[in-house]
Amino acid sequence: MSRVLEGVATPFNALGTVCLHVLEEMGALFIFFLDSVRLMFAGWGQFAKTVRQIYFIGFQSISVIALIGLFTGMVMGMQLYFALSVFGADGFLGTGVALSMVRELAPVLTAIMLTGRAGSAMTAEIGVMRISEQIDALTIMDINPMRYLVAPKMAASIISFPILTALFNLIAITGGWLTGVKLLGANAGVYWYRVEAALSWDDIYGGFLKALMFGVLVCTICCYEGYYTHTRGHAGPEGVSQSTTNAVVKSCVIILMADYILTSLLW
Amino acid sequence: MTTAPGIELKNLTVGYSGNPVVSDMNIEIPGGKLTMVVGGSGCGKSTLLKHILRLNAPIEGSIRIGGHDVFSLSGKAFRCLRQRMGVLFQDGALLGSLRLVDNVALPLREHTSLKESRIRDIVRHKLELVGLGHALDLYPNELSGGMRKRAGLARALVMDPQVLFCDEPTSGLDPVMSAELDQLLLEMMGHFDMTMVVVTHDLASMRSIADYVVVLGDGRCLFQGTVEELEKQQDPYLRRFLDRKAHERDTPRLTMPPIDRTKMKLNCTQLLDEG
Repeated sequence: MSRVLEGVATPFNALGTVCLHVLEEMGALFIFFLDSVRLMFAGWGQFAKTVRQIYFIGFQSISVIALIGLFTGMVMGMQLYFALSVFGADGFLGTGVALSMVRELAPVLTAIMLTGRAGSAMTAEIGVMRISEQIDALTIMDINPMRYLVAPKMAASIISFPILTALFNLIAITGGWLTGVKLLGANAGVYWYRVEAALSWDDIYGGFLKALMFGVLVCTICCYEGYYTHTRGHAGPEGVSQSTTNAVVKSCVIILMADYILTSLLW
Repeated sequence: MTTAPGIELKNLTVGYSGNPVVSDMNIEIPGGKLTMVVGGSGCGKSTLLKHILRLNAPIEGSIRIGGHDVFSLSGKAFRCLRQRMGVLFQDGALLGSLRLVDNVALPLREHTSLKESRIRDIVRHKLELVGLGHALDLYPNELSGGMRKRAGLARALVMDPQVLFCDEPTSGLDPVMSAELDQLLLEMMGHFDMTMVVVTHDLASMRSIADYVVVLGDGRCLFQGTVEELEKQQDPYLRRFLDRKAHERDTPRLTMPPIDRTKMKLNCTQLLDEG
């Protein structure tokens, strides 16, 4: 009898352990995030470090974001034109491109691209610093590693993600115009009128809010994974690669989950 | 008369996740002397160092530096104590994104209100002390292993510490460079009034520069005293360690037959014969 009960209880035990682990990780992530936000304002020295991170996360990502934005807009313009022209509604091309970009695609794709380009680099950088004792060295020098390494990245992410999302929006809407109007022959005046008429400030605020949230999530997850590389199963370079993979996968999944929740709450 | 603080370990058991690595240590490291903590690989030397630096919490016991219990001090008080310590890590642990000058200047920029010109002077002086006055603008990846260690030493010394900890300073260095680094540590001892704790398994280094020796092994502290006292010890473990003798084995090491070359995927014998 006890064996039967044990057999029934084992999966529940396992599920409970997983749930506790997830809750524990979420709690640790939240404390990590609060700590980094608190330390963003710890002295003027943070300003220079934040500017350097904005250059890395923001400025150096411009070309990638522009390229992705252009092709996403072009594909969207083409597909929507084909779909709408079946119903003779190609005049609404601008509405479709603008709303889908501003509300959904720009924040999500920008965040995913930045996870790949900057987030993975954050994890790898901090992870390598951890395994090569550089973080211990900072601690011994009485320099808070969270303040020195994580807080500037957090501030830079909060600033860079919305700005790059805005850039993505502009280029993607222009990409939609290139294929829809220049290539397939939709009316240019109607396209731009529909873009302007379709977008309300709520859409734009909502898109920026999403970008901001994604920036916070990506930075928190990526820095956290790197910071605690040494606590993972594998130590050394393998641990760093595992942490980097974890950071990118978790970030992408969380971005899409958060996107659904935010979309439900905002509109 | 030295003012450098001594270090006292009382009933100390250190380890990870509740599993002891070295147990029940009662060690007194004298102030103003160069103490070497020696022992075989994996005996817990670096673990002990991490505990003294409060990077890990001990399982049991206390650590006192200059009479202050490291684990009872408040955060701010411990920060003050920490600013009086310097650490030379195994590979220097220099920040890869900073030039040498910025690496060494980092503690000064973070903890003092000195002018940039003064900071640069101090940094230049410390780097010249360790023979790296010419390498100010180099990045860590442009330095050799020995240079990285010397740079790490300059950074550890930049705040004029009262206690300097060195983790395996001569590991990975050739004998000449090891001897030079030992000489450098001795010069630093002469230059600054400080307590130096060097973790190593380099016996030559121990014999040439140590004032006081602590030997760890078998999960405990096996010996503490001077080098002369250590050399007179007859304990079998200590003798094996000091005389560099391998453990005697009951069974022969080579019990496997050699690999059959005819089973190699690439027929090397034939290929090499054919030229």
